[in-house]
Amino acid sequence: MDWTALYLSLKLAGWTVAILLPVSILAGRFLAYRRFPGRGLVEAAVMLPLVLPPTVLGFYLLVAFGRASPLGEIWEGLFGQPLVFSFQGLVLASVLFNLPFAIQPAQRGFEAVPPEVREAAACCGMSPLRALWTVDLPLAWPGVMTAMVLTFAHTLGEFGIVLMVGGSIPGETRTIAIAIYDRVQAFDAQAAGTMSAVLVAISLAAIAATYALSARVGRRLG
Amino acid sequence: MSGGLLGPLEVTLRAAAPIPLDLSFQVAPGEMLALVGRSGSGKTTTLRGIAGLWRPDSGHISVGGRRWLDTGEGVCLPAHRRRVGVVFQSYGLFPHMTAEGNVIAALDHLPRAERGAEALRLLRLVRLDGLAGRRPAALSGGQQQRVALARALARRPDVLLLDEPFSAVDRDTREALHDELIALRRHLPMPVVMVTHDIGEAQVLADRMLVIEAGRAIAQGSTAQVMSDPAALRGLGMREIAAMLPATVAAQEDDGTTRLDTAAGPIWLPGVGAAPGQGVRVRVLARDVILSRARPEGLSAQNILPGRVLSLTPGDGPGVLVRIAVGPDEIIARITRRAAEALALAPGDTVHAILKSMSVARDQVTLSGGAE
Repeated sequence: MDWTALYLSLKLAGWTVAILLPVSILAGRFLAYRRFPGRGLVEAAVMLPLVLPPTVLGFYLLVAFGRASPLGEIWEGLFGQPLVFSFQGLVLASVLFNLPFAIQPAQRGFEAVPPEVREAAACCGMSPLRALWTVDLPLAWPGVMTAMVLTFAHTLGEFGIVLMVGGSIPGETRTIAIAIYDRVQAFDAQAAGTMSAVLVAISLAAIAATYALSARVGRRLG
Repeated sequence: MSGGLLGPLEVTLRAAAPIPLDLSFQVAPGEMLALVGRSGSGKTTTLRGIAGLWRPDSGHISVGGRRWLDTGEGVCLPAHRRRVGVVFQSYGLFPHMTAEGNVIAALDHLPRAERGAEALRLLRLVRLDGLAGRRPAALSGGQQQRVALARALARRPDVLLLDEPFSAVDRDTREALHDELIALRRHLPMPVVMVTHDIGEAQVLADRMLVIEAGRAIAQGSTAQVMSDPAALRGLGMREIAAMLPATVAAQEDDGTTRLDTAAGPIWLPGVGAAPGQGVRVRVLARDVILSRARPEGLSAQNILPGRVLSLTPGDGPGVLVRIAVGPDEIIARITRRAAEALALAPGDTVHAILKSMSVARDQVTLSGGAE
């Protein structure tokens, strides 16, 4: 059992959720309420990571993060270390490939808030920010919550992109999914089995917890 | 009630979409204007324009001199910066908050410590203080409507807007809510605009009516004026033409009827649930009034009022509308042109108006409010 890899996976998933929570709320609300030219294209772009093979996305990210790219260059100039094959690079890649999981359920959540309820909030004198906090967010919360759990669980399980962008550096980029693959390559079926079971248990617990929470919110709203 | 200085609401709106609109009207403080028209005529769009939920191509909206919209000068306050109270058609209550929470949500202008007491005061005003802790899902349609009204009043609005506020409740509840709104009128010192497709509702509740057809005002004036103008009502149906006759409850008779005294004489209605001395208004439908030159004898109809013909207005069809003065009040009779010719009716003539008593049903008796 590679505890370092498990810790790294949880750390990666935690950072991804922390960064994507505000993105999920703001982008989900924006896409749910605003009508603008090119909206369909934006929605399609958000969904793209869902249909592309992870290796394709990983390849583009590798090129975009590489030392030869402007982004890679700026990063290395600022922090003195390359973006690829680093934990930070992994977080950035993880944020990008989780966009559909973070935005789509939140968008559906905001879309479910009746327009009259939102208009009533404005007519009660609430500023848009206050309306978001007291009306939109509590009502769209099951969607946002689902988005965050899916993001968390999906990050734990992602393999292809992590391998492409991060490689398998122990303590830096070797997540539990990569560690399992390594163990299988090394014919260490027992360790691979233990780690797989732990991953299944954590993912199951996370998803079960959201279902339980959503049901509670549903009862509360009656 | 209002925090600000109350003033008239002045509205001018012009738009090409979503509905062609070209309207201009004013509402005085304490006055209730009903925007009446068929669905798709632009009445709800007008209301949304006043609330700031929709922006017209050009227009001007001001309340007591404060500009909410002036497209010429690029002024357009967003909804949350207009002091407006809105009761939406399906109420738009916040489902995750209690009745009290819904009202408190509109009390941001008060210090936090005072909001609870104020919310309860408003819920008591709409007679809902016992249900303050319930969520909207646990309230009936009529109760939800009252929460919406209390919430709309919470902001101490400069203008109150009611969008078909009674369309989502059943008939009995609607009539009870009408009575309550009339009773509430003395707590409503601001201009009130109500949208409805129900001309009877407009007549019972509003002081003035504006009839909208395809985004334009085809008639505007006091409810009595609009009601006696067949051109105004062509889009709404002549069947609904009626007059409101003021009366006082005189006595509950032994046979179960109630005697009401009008200025022109007594009438009897099937049991009206009001105490003697109480002022009421009786809605008399024009199609339920029969005219006679001589005082009729031996009729089953008991309610006969002497009057004087004020005017005869031919309608689109074979009907004629006859305005009749009964004492200081007016009623309207809708008779055929043929009958008017046979009676040789002319303005100034004395007639007897027979009110078919069964048609003056109990549900058309409305308790007079403080606005009278």
